[in-house]
Amino acid sequence: MAMLDIHDLAVTFGHGARAVHALRGVSFSVNEGESYGIVGESGSGKSTVLRAICGLTPMSGGTVTLDGKALATPRDPAFYRRVQMVFQDPYASLHPRHTIDRVLSEPLAIHGFDRRENRIEQALDEVGLGKGFRFRYPHQLSGGQRQRVAIARALILEPKVLLLDEPTSALDASIQAEVLNLLDRLRAERGLTYVLVSHDLAVVAHMCERLLVMQHGLAVEALTREALQASRATQDYTRNLMAASLGFTRAAIPA
Amino acid sequence: MTSLDTLPAKPGLRQWLLSEQPSSRRQARFGQSYRAWLAFRSNRLGMIGLGIVVVLVLVAIFAGFIAPYDPLTGGDLRTARLLPPSWDHLMGTDDLARDIFSRIVYGSRVTLVVVALVAAIATPVGLLVGTSAGYFGGWVDTVLMRVTDIFLAFPRLILALAFVAALGPGIENAIIAIAITSWPPYARLARAETLTIRNAEHIDAIRLQGASSLRIIWGHVVPLCLPSVIIRVTLDMAGIILTAAGLGFLGLGAQPPQPEWGAMIAAGRRFLIDFWWVATMPGIAIFIVSLGFNFLGDGLRDVLDPKAQK
Amino acid sequence: MSPLLDVRNLRISFPSRQGPVEVVRGVSFTLGRERLGIVGESGSGKSQTGRALLGLTPPSGRATADRLEFDGVDLRHATPKTWRSLRGARMSMVMQDPKFSLNPVMTIGKQLIEAVKLHGGKAEARDKSLAMLEAVQIRDPERVMAAYPHELSGGMGQRAMIAMMLVTEPDLLIADEPTSALDVTVQIEVLRILDNLVTQRGMGLIFISHDLHLVSTFCDRVLVMYAGQVVEEIDAADLQNARHPYTRGLLNCLPKIEGGVRPLPVLTRDAAWLKAGG
Repeated sequence: MAMLDIHDLAVTFGHGARAVHALRGVSFSVNEGESYGIVGESGSGKSTVLRAICGLTPMSGGTVTLDGKALATPRDPAFYRRVQMVFQDPYASLHPRHTIDRVLSEPLAIHGFDRRENRIEQALDEVGLGKGFRFRYPHQLSGGQRQRVAIARALILEPKVLLLDEPTSALDASIQAEVLNLLDRLRAERGLTYVLVSHDLAVVAHMCERLLVMQHGLAVEALTREALQASRATQDYTRNLMAASLGFTRAAIPA
Repeated sequence: MTSLDTLPAKPGLRQWLLSEQPSSRRQARFGQSYRAWLAFRSNRLGMIGLGIVVVLVLVAIFAGFIAPYDPLTGGDLRTARLLPPSWDHLMGTDDLARDIFSRIVYGSRVTLVVVALVAAIATPVGLLVGTSAGYFGGWVDTVLMRVTDIFLAFPRLILALAFVAALGPGIENAIIAIAITSWPPYARLARAETLTIRNAEHIDAIRLQGASSLRIIWGHVVPLCLPSVIIRVTLDMAGIILTAAGLGFLGLGAQPPQPEWGAMIAAGRRFLIDFWWVATMPGIAIFIVSLGFNFLGDGLRDVLDPKAQK
Repeated sequence: MSPLLDVRNLRISFPSRQGPVEVVRGVSFTLGRERLGIVGESGSGKSQTGRALLGLTPPSGRATADRLEFDGVDLRHATPKTWRSLRGARMSMVMQDPKFSLNPVMTIGKQLIEAVKLHGGKAEARDKSLAMLEAVQIRDPERVMAAYPHELSGGMGQRAMIAMMLVTEPDLLIADEPTSALDVTVQIEVLRILDNLVTQRGMGLIFISHDLHLVSTFCDRVLVMYAGQVVEEIDAADLQNARHPYTRGLLNCLPKIEGGVRPLPVLTRDAAWLKAGG
């Protein structure tokens, strides 16, 4: 059964003649425990999908259904305990003047969780950071360590769905592998549902069972991982993306 | 590793503060402050400014011990009026035979009270108005910023004059008037900072944790606006002292015989040609203290404001 | 034939509270009229190496070398006058983000023409600029000439930037992550343009990037940098047979579309890599 069902989602910025249609009717659904990928280039609206789901960007049309129930606007506090997000830039997504301890304890305080000390230590453990990191400031951490903190923050409320907005695109390749492995392991351990947005086809192919290719605010094509690996894409745009992600080829410039 | 409850002995203190792996909230906070202090300490002008301000505070506290004479009652009016600086009267005496040095020492209390109260009133008001306007946007922003604009449309001294005229002369009313006229620039500044912070990913992140607007503004936006506002307030201190002195000079601030530096200059103005020290000595005091606050503000900017860093 | 660029034992250090920190520690290479890739992760010193070649090391840093020669000119003690005659005219640099490298209040055309005029060639400056824009595959050069940088898309801006750097026909182009801010499809187009220009005009190109995959498909030769040192120098075609564990680790940890191992192999850093030179 579908954990998350997006139907005809539309997002418009601005009004009248200067309106920008960032999303023009996007539909997809994600099963419980599944990892679903959204691939696209800048301006495709792929990140806007995530922001609209969690209420950071107002929707101008369509419905978002979580676990069979349509979501209210604005989202209620219970929503945030079930859906959490990890952002792209680990340097911008942690408050520069808060210790890791504060970053992790604040959501617990907001939602009135008990056993806070235990939960914080456990959360740090799970993302591979020891207790030694608990009272550090973000500037004392590397990019990969910061992203681990961001993942710990998202998971500390024990959500069912994790929205991942380019979680590794700001990281070096070797760190990216570590973070992807961590996300993979956490999903298996906790039965999480992922929606992963990325510009990198290889990352999505590695992480997701199914994926959606987006361009200019529209869904171009939905594929399974097997179809992608067997190059059974039907749309030109998808094929272009696949060719480009294989690297540079010294072929003649297509007219 | 040190225990959480007792501060370690002196040799380990530095390592404890500079530890890259603090083991408690307290250690993290102290460590952060200590690093800021280390950075500030290397700023020579900032340290001079801090020194001047510390001296001002000490002088104000221990005025009773430092001042050799009573600031309010003078000596013999026939023999001790308008004496030039000497070992008996370091800065001379005024027309009522009062020791000017003693009056300046006691006057530091008035100055300090003005500065502290204005900062304590204007800073929170400016922060609150500015961050709310910036964070909520829309009509909240429009209303708050138009009110701010109205205050900004008048020259500060003129507006303060109007308030003092309405409230009645006196040092308390002068403080209120200066505070009312000095918050708008802080609100402007805080709003501009908030506008850049508002769309940061870490603010999105805390919104996604379900935090209330109050929690976000107080816990997340204000700490980031605070450094630039503190810098601005410190740099404004000189202006506040001068405004207080200006009000005193015009007879609308501290009332005689209270020893207020601005009022002292006003009193000495009549003898400026023949007895220069009467007006000059409080003028030098105002100059030094204003300079001190400016140096301190510049030093703080180098430490606190990441944008100004080279 | 003597090489276009000869670098021996380049070292760059920056002061810090704990004393000077070396970010580039003895880098040596030569460059002919070819495409050389420099690959490394953040903090490997690859960008500082590129900047030092143009004398653009930040003022707080200190760059030294046993030899730093460009076409027979010793760059170590170059005067500001020498630099002016070299930069732009004979060696150019393309940065990651065109928005920071173009003057925002001047049209593209004006900036291009100025670049041509600065290095001789007054009369035909405009024609030359138009031709250059055409060469970087801008379909409507007249419109782009009249446009301000913010009116162009990322790919278009980067092409205009490349046009600006190449209009003076330099012998050496240093490209520091020239396509990292661009979408993959645009990235490939821009690289094609760069590739054609290098082949046709016989320039030397230093291509600095974090993307080992991209560099290996684009360049002739690759230097792999780790912690300020070149740990491996290898022909791009031969990359699959890389010997250094760091290079191999970098290659292996990339996810692949065709499916690979789960979990991804991670790179275990060896302290010995810090000592081994070259």
